[in-house]
Order: sequence, then C-alpha cells, then structure tokens
Amino acid sequence: MLSAAQVAETYFLESRHMLLEIAAHFDRYDAAVARESGGIANGRAASGQGGNGSMARLREAIAILAATHADRERTETLLELFAKD
Amino acid sequence: MQIIQPHYHAIARTAQDYERMAMSGVVAVAEPAFWAGFDRLYPETFIDYFRQISEFEPTRAAQYGIRHFSWVAVNPKEAENPTLTREVLKHFPEFFAKPTVLGVGETGLHKSTKNECDSLEAHVDIAMKHGQLVLIHTPHLADKAHGTKRVLEVLAGMNVDRERIWIDHVEEQTIRPCLDAGYWVGFTLYPITKCSPKRAVDMLEKYGTNRILVNSSADWGPSDPFTLQECILEYRRRGHSLQEAIEVFHNNPCRFLGQNPKFDIQPIRVETLSREPVSA
Repeated sequence: MLSAAQVAETYFLESRHMLLEIAAHFDRYDAAVARESGGIANGRAASGQGGNGSMARLREAIAILAATHADRERTETLLELFAKD
Repeated sequence: MQIIQPHYHAIARTAQDYERMAMSGVVAVAEPAFWAGFDRLYPETFIDYFRQISEFEPTRAAQYGIRHFSWVAVNPKEAENPTLTREVLKHFPEFFAKPTVLGVGETGLHKSTKNECDSLEAHVDIAMKHGQLVLIHTPHLADKAHGTKRVLEVLAGMNVDRERIWIDHVEEQTIRPCLDAGYWVGFTLYPITKCSPKRAVDMLEKYGTNRILVNSSADWGPSDPFTLQECILEYRRRGHSLQEAIEVFHNNPCRFLGQNPKFDIQPIRVETLSREPVSA
C-alpha cells in the first residue's frame, strides 16, 4: 500500500484537475444566472446563495470535504448527501 | 465538420491517430518542435528532427488526406545550453525555405530563467527578421502565471508584429493580458494538467472567439488528440451553431496560420441550399 506522502503526491494533479472543473462549474452557473438576470449581476454570490438545489447540494458537499477531520469516510457521507430528496 | 489541429506532435503518435483524426474531420495538423524527453546535446540532432517534421511527417499525414505543417525551435527546457541554441538557430533559415514550415515554435519559457529568456528573445528575433510566425509555449502549473508575465515582458521589449505571435497554453489566469496586448492565444486541452474542453468553452463564451486557437494535447506523455473533438461537442452542446464552431476550430487556425502563405487552407462557410427538385 502507498504511504501517506505517496497518496498525497500520486493523486494531487488528478484532484487539482477535478477541483478546477468544479470551480468552472460554479463560474458557469454564476455567468448563466447573471445572463438570465439581464445584466452583470454579482455572479460570485449567486451559487453561494443556493438558489438552485443542485448547486446548493454541491456547496454542502464541498464544505464536508473542506473539514480537516471527518468522523466517517467522506465518500460515504457525500453519497448519502447526494441521495437525499 | 472540418477541423484543424494547430498544435500536434505527430512524431510521438501512431498512424492510428491520423486515421481516426481523418475520420473525425481533421484536414490539417501543425507540428511545433518539441522536447524529446531528454536534453539533446548536438545541433545535428535538431537538424535531423527538423528534417523529420518538415520532410517525412507530411508524407505520413498525406496517406490519410491530412495536410501537415511544422515549426522549428530549440525547446525552452534546453535553453540552458546557449551554445547549442546559437548553433541550432543558425540553421533555421534553411528550414524557413521548406514548403511546409510555418515559423518558429514552440519557443517560450519553462522555469523562466535568464537563459530561457535570452533564448526566447533570440527565437522571436530571428522569426521577425525572416517574416515568420511565432508560437510561444508558456509554463505549466505553478509556474504559469509568472512565466506568462515574463513572456509578455520579453516581447514588450522587442519590435514585434503581435498579430503574428501565438501565446499558447493560456488558462483563466493568463488569457486576458495576452489578448489585451494584441497577441493570439491558444488553449491546450490535456486530460489533467492543462485546460479542459469544458473550461475552454467557458473561456470562448467569456472572451469571444477573436484571436483564439484551440489545440488538443498530442505528445509522448499522457495526452489525447481527441480532446479537441470533445471540446467541439461541448461547444455545440451548449447551443453554438455549426458555423460558430467552424469559426473557432477551422477558420481561426486558417486566419492565424494563413498569415504565412504556405498555409493555403481557406476559411469556410456552411450554406444551406434551397430545396431542389428531385430529378426523376
């Protein structure tokens, strides 16, 4: 099995890539909200307000990931989060 | 739809790439000189490499109906050997005379050292003196923002035709200053390490399509030439028309590369024919 340092290094670029894709998803959503509101709205705030259920769910997931410690495996927690109605 | 791959390292790829690209609409590729994975020691190694991409590779591509063009350069990673760089540069004019060589590239920066900056300046200088196009590589990952800024600083100190210079591998944090300064820019679509097809489309929607090229990734490392087609699919899926896609993925390469008359593929426009009577 890999050491902790190896795990951190081996998957860094892949996780960086996925985080950038998520950031782009949020930016894309904000830009769409701004377009639909008919002007240059404060797009950065849009996804943060959780006006869309899917985006709010993603923000909730990101908050779980950002926590330093987790009582249980994060993957399991997120799967349950995404299974909610 | 007809597609042009503006940045494609053919010698690192198999003929299967050419076959699949041809089947997916690719009509031309342009191959910049690249790093071999190790630092070359002899000028003659570069000369043979330039012969390979300017003489042999067009014949391989032609078997699949694809036009092949190329560029010559000493890679930024090899710029720490200034003597070698100077020796190789002396041979550039003989390759500028080849029928499919479009200019100097990919030059640029890797770690943004003084030797790299000197090499970049020498490459741009010889290109401008010979009326050639220039393709500039910008660094990857953590070095990108600083390296791109240094590229712009080096160019700002030179007398260059900005419309003939393409700054490649731009991302969200580097695109604006390059466009604002009047250069062409390129997105490079890698599976993980650079831009992605979706992010490229985001930038096309944000900045428009003027002076923007989109490249796939195609070299000897983890890369995928069909990220370009993936990007086209994403662009069309978001509701952009076929003509708009052609403007980005075919006509813009024609506009930039066509500044060198050797690149004679012309921009195209789709036209719907009025209903014609069916003949008996």
